[in-house]
Amino acid sequence: MSSKGILIKNLKKRYGSGDTAVDALKKVNMRIAPGEVVGLIGPSGSGKSTLLKCLGAVIEPTAGQMMLGNEIIYDNGWKVKDLRALRRDHIGFIFQAPYLIPFLDVTDNVALLPMLAGKPNSQARKHALDLLTALDVAHRAKAMPSQLSGGEQQRVAIARALVNRPPVVLADEPTAPLDSKRALAVIRILNNMAKKFETAIIVVTHDEKIIPTFKRIYHIRDGVTYEEKGAGIEP
Amino acid sequence: MISLAGRDILHSWGKFVFTGIGLGLLIGVTLSMAGIYRGMVDDAKVLLDNSGADLWVVQKDTLGPYAESSSIYDDVWRRIQSMPGVEKAVNVTYLTTQVHHGRHDVRAMVSGIAPGGPGTPGWPPYLIAGRHITRSHYEAVADIASKFKLGERIRIRRNYYTIVGLTRRMVSSSGDPMIFIPLKDAQETQFLKDNDAIWEQRRRTAANPNFNKPNSPGLLNAIIASQTTNPYVNAVLVRIKPGYNPEKIAQEIQRWKRFTVYTRAQMKEILVGKLIATSARQIAMFLIILSIVSSAIVAFIIYTLTLGKIREIAVLKLIGAKNSTIIGLIVQQSIALGVIGFVVGKVSATLIMAPIFPKYVLLEPLDSVMGFITILIICTLSSIIAIRAALKVDPAEAIGG
Repeated sequence: MSSKGILIKNLKKRYGSGDTAVDALKKVNMRIAPGEVVGLIGPSGSGKSTLLKCLGAVIEPTAGQMMLGNEIIYDNGWKVKDLRALRRDHIGFIFQAPYLIPFLDVTDNVALLPMLAGKPNSQARKHALDLLTALDVAHRAKAMPSQLSGGEQQRVAIARALVNRPPVVLADEPTAPLDSKRALAVIRILNNMAKKFETAIIVVTHDEKIIPTFKRIYHIRDGVTYEEKGAGIEP
Repeated sequence: MISLAGRDILHSWGKFVFTGIGLGLLIGVTLSMAGIYRGMVDDAKVLLDNSGADLWVVQKDTLGPYAESSSIYDDVWRRIQSMPGVEKAVNVTYLTTQVHHGRHDVRAMVSGIAPGGPGTPGWPPYLIAGRHITRSHYEAVADIASKFKLGERIRIRRNYYTIVGLTRRMVSSSGDPMIFIPLKDAQETQFLKDNDAIWEQRRRTAANPNFNKPNSPGLLNAIIASQTTNPYVNAVLVRIKPGYNPEKIAQEIQRWKRFTVYTRAQMKEILVGKLIATSARQIAMFLIILSIVSSAIVAFIIYTLTLGKIREIAVLKLIGAKNSTIIGLIVQQSIALGVIGFVVGKVSATLIMAPIFPKYVLLEPLDSVMGFITILIICTLSSIIAIRAALKVDPAEAIGG
């Protein structure tokens, strides 16, 4: 798969069947170019989490098409056999809370993904340190997660999401626990990293502080996405 | 790939070590129980080995002299001694009783040994202090487990004995220390009646017209004399000459002398298979119960530890960790807990429990190896519940909403 963003066409997700069926996603269309950071905004119950789970290959959509780079990964059924490997090698995840592994130091938290992919420990740690340096947390490389501030933890989580150079990163409210200054710093980092690694980043958020920073925003309401041009203010 | 289990253990080592110590004490008790059983078997073997006998001649149709009471005349040994292939035949008595020492008393097996010297069947094979019995009366050799010291005077029934020698690992099949005294003293001790009973017996005999006839003035005295002598022993220990078959000689004695005779293998079967069989079953039950309890504890601990890591497991699964990585994390931690527990258990059983336990505890290396393997199996099986819980974790749990 080459790093050429993500394309979603008419994605649908239905939970249950018959009278109790719920259409969580009715019509989702998105296109995110490599190096682009877009916002995904919607009220509770609009289908944001379901969309993230579908994009993250955690749950199977009911219909539609998803392309990662120039490869179809879903077309009314998964086209990839090993979803675990797909997640590991091609999708980065950033969560609302950092969810770092508490018993691994910062370097190994980041290096874990390449290690899981079978890279030698030394090489994985080198990649991790390069990324930590780029994110300005290399000085905490040997610290344990519990010794980091909230902002540092989130930067380490960003490093973990990017360490395998995935074509797409899914960020689920990554600034929720942070103050304005730190939240904007995180968005700045995501913008820089997206450009540097040609990664398409989708940021699910409710955070009013960061919404003006997106150049493009997808609204989701009742399982349907609507595209909107954002203010694109430099964070 | 780094060891996730190892990192988790290093990160929260206190939790693992303290849990391991708790489990280890339980394992220590389990190992000690096995050691107690081994000690009982060893006590039985020691009793046979140190007797220096190849055959035990006992009262017909009894399991004597250790498992049942046996009484035979004390001149039987002469007839056995004269048989072909018999190197030495000697009388012996055994009596388990309370031996008094000052204000305290010690439960011991008192053995009456025939005149002879070191090497005679029934005699203690070696001493660690003092000398063997040289006088015909009132000297004793004691096992050091009795806590008696050289020169001390002890009371067995009504008579006092001086400790002239100390020996080691001379115990009964139930672990009581042995005390060796001259055979004549032992016969008197074993069959001794109190003065009132003797007086009563004489009065009753004298009152019986059949025993007190005017025309037979010596009859009463002869009967009373026969009543106050003790011509019985519990067994005759027989040593066979080299080159002779013990089974064949045992058959000859049984056939011609009309006694029951046991070979060493048969006597071992009686001691191990019958005398301590109930105790062995009790210990086996305890071992099973302790194993089940240990399994339940390990399973509960590992399950609890796994539940505490559900979010991390969800994240690991989401970012692409294989199930084998998750299973490895849980099983390795479970095994690590078992290893910590085994080390603590082995150390506590060897250095703490065995020395202070009132019975002989024999910790065999093979038992430790078997115990270690069993613990590894138990820990692996105990982690199954936690593994099932971990594999059920949905990676979607890491994503909010």
